[in-house]
Amino acid sequence: MKRAELKQRKLDATSARVEGMTLPAGAAWAEALRQDALNRLLAMGLPQGRDEYWRWTRPDTLNADAPKLATVFVAKEAPVFSGIDRLKIVFVDGVFDAEASDALDGENLEIMRLSDALSADIHWVKDAYGVQEKKAQTPVERPFATLNTAFATDGVVIRATGKVAKPVSLIYLHRNETSDAILHHVIRVEEGAELTVLENGPAAARFNKVMEVEVADKAAFHHVRAQGRDHERRAVTHIFGTVGQEALFKSFTMTANGVLTRNEVVLDIQGDDSMAHVAGAALGDGDFHHDDTVFITHDAERCESRQVFKKVLRNGAKGVFQGKILVKAGAQKTDGYQISQGLLLDGDSQFLAKPELEIYADDVACSHGSTVGAIDEDALFYLRSRGVPTAEATDLLTLAFLAEAIEEIEDEAIAEDILHRLEGWLTRRRAG
Amino acid sequence: MLEIKNLHVKLEEEDKQILKGVDLKVGEGEVHAIMGPNGSGKSTTSYVLSGRDGYEVTEGEVLLDGENILELEPEERAAAGLFLAFQYPVEIPGVGNMTFLRTAVNAQRKARGEEELSATDFLKEIRAKAKSLKIDAEMLKRPVNVGFSGGEKKRNEILQMAMLEPKLCILDETDSGLDVDAMKLVSEGVNALRDGKRSFIVITHYQRLLDHIKPDVVHIMSNGRIIKTGGPELALEVENNGYADLLAEVEQA
Ligand SMILES: Nc1ncnc2c1ncn2[C@@H]1O[C@H](COP(=O)(O)OP(=O)(O)OP(=O)(O)O)[C@@H](O)[C@H]1O
Ligand SMILES: [Mg+2]
Repeated sequence: MKRAELKQRKLDATSARVEGMTLPAGAAWAEALRQDALNRLLAMGLPQGRDEYWRWTRPDTLNADAPKLATVFVAKEAPVFSGIDRLKIVFVDGVFDAEASDALDGENLEIMRLSDALSADIHWVKDAYGVQEKKAQTPVERPFATLNTAFATDGVVIRATGKVAKPVSLIYLHRNETSDAILHHVIRVEEGAELTVLENGPAAARFNKVMEVEVADKAAFHHVRAQGRDHERRAVTHIFGTVGQEALFKSFTMTANGVLTRNEVVLDIQGDDSMAHVAGAALGDGDFHHDDTVFITHDAERCESRQVFKKVLRNGAKGVFQGKILVKAGAQKTDGYQISQGLLLDGDSQFLAKPELEIYADDVACSHGSTVGAIDEDALFYLRSRGVPTAEATDLLTLAFLAEAIEEIEDEAIAEDILHRLEGWLTRRRAG
Repeated sequence: MLEIKNLHVKLEEEDKQILKGVDLKVGEGEVHAIMGPNGSGKSTTSYVLSGRDGYEVTEGEVLLDGENILELEPEERAAAGLFLAFQYPVEIPGVGNMTFLRTAVNAQRKARGEEELSATDFLKEIRAKAKSLKIDAEMLKRPVNVGFSGGEKKRNEILQMAMLEPKLCILDETDSGLDVDAMKLVSEGVNALRDGKRSFIVITHYQRLLDHIKPDVVHIMSNGRIIKTGGPELALEVENNGYADLLAEVEQA
């Protein structure tokens, strides 16, 4: 197929997809932003299997008019983060549930429902909504995020003006087997402020989520997410972040189960002496497909970035990692690290990785590595020779494999909770 | 306690015979030393006893307290009381030494139908034992053997042995890489475990270790067989004259 022909196909498919959708109403400026996003989407088109950026992950179910059915999963144990003192914001199938949520306020904290913010005549989000998403379309297009900016029906707008004591916890419940949710959050962590955001749950049968985060100078943002265990769910998510001077950005994602997950993270490090870490631990079985696509741009001096992604795959599960570090000219003394590893618990599973470095500054230290392999036989024998049964030894080595990613979670109680979930997943497989 | 009868072992992947009829009998409470030239099959014997993959037993049997252990999984052999201190201890990044030991101790207890050791009892015990081996708290926290010096790794093996309290301890060149003081520590650690019931097989190249851990019986292994068995004097003979005479003796016979 010729290029032009392919493009035309994409555009036709995109028109068909958005045909039945309406742009949500709001203030004039908000409607203009949404219209702009729709125009951009119609011009670039939704991704197709032939797109280079989607060559390992099929976007068709994300593109389709309607989501595929996803059975609602009911866990026996209390959900993740239950033991953490937090401010709860609940969405059911992508719709904010005021009743189930805590009051939207707190010290040093301003929270508003997205639709309210986008309906106000004057609101700071006017200069933030969709702004990072739009900027992040070059050099690589991310059309699902643009679709999100145009059509997002709900979400929250959060502003931290100082140290926020309790984590803000976004809980995404899934009740309807064919729900299709589009959420968009905008977060601003102001100078010197500190905020932790937690996310958990599947949200819907099909979930498209964008989170735009601005971390100002000397501010700190922590993000820990646990994606839902409903195996048939599909999700495409984007985190866009800008990082100011002497600021900290940390994000960790745990994914256990899910037939399709594409998590993109696009970070722009703009202030000197800051740190940005993105990590993920994914566990998958059978028709699990998990894709981490990360793009970190260094545009300031003496900054450190880390990408730590680990995937445990069994019974034919598939893991994908596309990660890039771009160091712009002038971003001297950049310290960039990237590791992506797949642990295959059997011969059927697959881990595909495309690590990339693009460096235009001369005084930088960047390293990247990607490995794929099975459980280390020598270590396994060593453990067994000490009396640890094979299954238990395998789990211990699997958790050891994930440790580097889990260590990226700063809060001990949260890290402990995540670890406990990962152990649970492994133990359940062992029993089954 | 342990009886190895006419053990023949080849590599699973290759047509290479490594053990060619090993016979060995270790009684309760005895200490046996195995010496022998490089590549004679000493480590292979210890691996086959502990159940490592990659070897095929073509003939013979190994009885531990009368039970043929060759059918058992490595973890079952461990629970049955067999312990191997590795010639080359394995590094396990991401698994803390303490977690590792606690998992091992409790897994064995569970396999034997005993109650698990409580966290406090375990801590108390490991602290005392680590102290006598001069293993500090920091080393206990670190990942298993990662970044340990050669001598530290060997001491860590002995710590594991002390915690697991096996019936039969096989020490594969535990003395190699140890400085004089560490050798004393390790020997003391081993001797502390000698209670008249527990048995030991000490694989070594040097008389030095045997000065500290006095063997009852010394075996010489060569080319996949035990070619000579004697008392402690046999080790001295090797120390003074090397293996040439012994090997020649066997050739003639
Ligand atoms: N997995 C293997 N693959 C190939 N050869 C092997 C393997 N394991 C053992 N061998 C060979 O078997 C022979 C015996 O090895 P083993 O390690 O048992 O010797 P050893 O007596 O312990 O020697 P050393 O004193 O050097 O430790 C050697 O020739 C060795 O190369
Ligand atoms: Mg050896």
